[in-house]
Amino acid sequence: MSLSSRHLLGLKDVPKEDIQLILDTATTFREILERPIKKVPTLQGKTVVNLFYESSTRTRISFELAEKRLSADSINFAVSGSSVGKGETLKDTVRNIEAMKVDMIVVRHAAAGVPLMLTKISNSNIINAGDGIHEHPTQGLLDMYSIRERLGKIEGLKVCIVGDVAHSRVALSNIYGLKTMGAKVSVCGPSTMIPKYLNELGIDVINNIDEAIQENDVLNVLRIQLERKAREYFPSIREYSKYFGIDKERLEKNDKDILILHPGPINRGVEISSEVADGNSQIILQQVTNGVAIRMAVLYLLGTLN
Amino acid sequence: MKLVLKNVNILNPYQNVDEKNVNVLIEDGKFKNIGKLTDAEFKDAKVYELNGKYIVPGFFDMHVHLREPGREDEETVVTGCNSAANGGFTGIACMPNTDPAIDSAEVVTLIKKQSANHLVDVYPIGAATVGRKGEVISPMAELKDAGVVGFSDDGIAIKTASILKRSLEYAKMFDLPIIEHCEDESLAGGAMNESINSTLLGLPPIPSVAEDLIVMRDILMAECTDAKVHIAHISSKKSVEMVRDAKKKGIKVTAEVAPHHFTLTDDAVKTYDTNVKMNPPLRTKADVEEIIAGLKDGTIDCIASDHAPHSIEEKEMEFEYAPNGIIGLETQIGLAFTELYHKKVLSLESMIEKLSINPRKILNIPVPEIKKGATVNLTILDVDAVWTVDKKKFLSKSLNTPFDKRLLTGKSVGVINKGMMFIDGSFTKI
Repeated sequence: MSLSSRHLLGLKDVPKEDIQLILDTATTFREILERPIKKVPTLQGKTVVNLFYESSTRTRISFELAEKRLSADSINFAVSGSSVGKGETLKDTVRNIEAMKVDMIVVRHAAAGVPLMLTKISNSNIINAGDGIHEHPTQGLLDMYSIRERLGKIEGLKVCIVGDVAHSRVALSNIYGLKTMGAKVSVCGPSTMIPKYLNELGIDVINNIDEAIQENDVLNVLRIQLERKAREYFPSIREYSKYFGIDKERLEKNDKDILILHPGPINRGVEISSEVADGNSQIILQQVTNGVAIRMAVLYLLGTLN
Repeated sequence: MKLVLKNVNILNPYQNVDEKNVNVLIEDGKFKNIGKLTDAEFKDAKVYELNGKYIVPGFFDMHVHLREPGREDEETVVTGCNSAANGGFTGIACMPNTDPAIDSAEVVTLIKKQSANHLVDVYPIGAATVGRKGEVISPMAELKDAGVVGFSDDGIAIKTASILKRSLEYAKMFDLPIIEHCEDESLAGGAMNESINSTLLGLPPIPSVAEDLIVMRDILMAECTDAKVHIAHISSKKSVEMVRDAKKKGIKVTAEVAPHHFTLTDDAVKTYDTNVKMNPPLRTKADVEEIIAGLKDGTIDCIASDHAPHSIEEKEMEFEYAPNGIIGLETQIGLAFTELYHKKVLSLESMIEKLSINPRKILNIPVPEIKKGATVNLTILDVDAVWTVDKKKFLSKSLNTPFDKRLLTGKSVGVINKGMMFIDGSFTKI
């Protein structure tokens, strides 16, 4: 079995079989991560460049670790200290990197569409590690992996994405992936943070968090990006956490169990209380471990395509 | 020099002229005779057999960005004029967002001087406010004396209602329009139209209400001051509806549309091609349909390209960071005839009104006449010519077009103006 595309730009239009294959492959790698020696020679001799135009700690480390576990040579290219500051265009930067004979490029960029642009100027396999407010496919995959790990399936589940959907790259990847895998997806958040035309995707929009808790099997709670423009879209952190924050009291009103995911990093006391974050059977940290396995799976499947 | 245009159809709705299959004798840049020509008249003349092509009053594009002064690497007055001639235009109005802006008589004079010997007439639009900053109205009287035909802060709307009101009142003294780029500043700054596509593409949205708000403001202000407002590059359904209603009330508002706004929708952005990034952005099918209706019922007076040259390196960028705008002078006639005339939206007469007569009327520029004794200012038009756009053949200095390789029907064969002719890719004195 192999993937139907040589790039992973997003989860839009990625067929079910491909997602299934990535999740199943990740299961194998997840097991390797529990071994005393966590390294396999699968991508020996392959060179992967982590091209990060936007600061990111956990996604970059996760990719880097995944590359190292697969024995690939990995190189980090971060904005500071690179030629970007000297006014070099993206195209020139990528062509220069390409000239050094690399095999795969993992790219993170503040502007949407950059991974697609890279496929046109480079021959490497391109993996999107987050582009603007567009997609973050490996996050979507690891969220699905974590759901499947916990609940044994994805199909038929009701999953609600909570928070700043409009400024999130995680939301769209989750929506596409989950829908493809047969989940029923809804979103919940202040109406200023829900894109106006999202319902055209067949997504239910809920503005009441208690209702969202009641009606769903899984909540994927997005990080409120306090440092970004998103801050202008709600009146105050206090009001946000009061009306949309997930805390113990809210969850206890609900009689059935609900799985709570968070892509991190957590704003404790804003979108999720410490009690919930820590008491949530360690799922949020498991997501991080699963992230490495998912990225290993994606790198492996793309890196070994003919 | 003597010149004969043989077997042409003459169409000029401005003079109610519609003649089929005539010969036209041109001498010293003037119409010497029209109709059946004698052998003596043919003698020593350079004869162009035109096989039933049309001659019409020279096309006029009232919304062009020449990049001189400031960005001569992207377009100069001369290369812009070459591009206009190649596209079928004998006259253009150029927008004031140069560097420095066209807010002094000196800049107007510079542009006039650069275009003085060119076939294409260049009419500068003056900045409405000094430096297009929206703070102080520009020296409009002085600008008018230097040759401007309208005022605009194009690129942005005039910042405040109070400055807009003063600009309209002041410009009214000269009977010149204020041309508005309608966009509310606080809603601006996105990369594409707000729609399901902006959500799916993860691009920051510009809602069409950003345009509608300023169109509404400007219509109200035109009514209040009884002065002329011209809405540049109208793109949204609601804006078209508002202009329609305002015209019914007798408010002095006119409007233009750019070919890309009746040809494409924001579906075209799905490839993140920066050559479909413009402001106002491409909108939805419903907007395009209303624009077509507005062209048909006269709500939209004219077609203008919003020709906006940008260098290759500026456009080869991340979509969100790339500048707005595409070049349009050399595709406008083809797109307009393909989308409007051949799809039976507009008659040939209406096409000529919207591409030649109305823009001149809006700017108080005399409309060229095709009659004995008149100075020749015309476009030779082949409405049925099928051709493929090849940007490598453009005379513009820039190449930023989304229409390369597009199959179009209808094009200009050549233009004559100011005693010069442009045909088959070269200029000759006649």
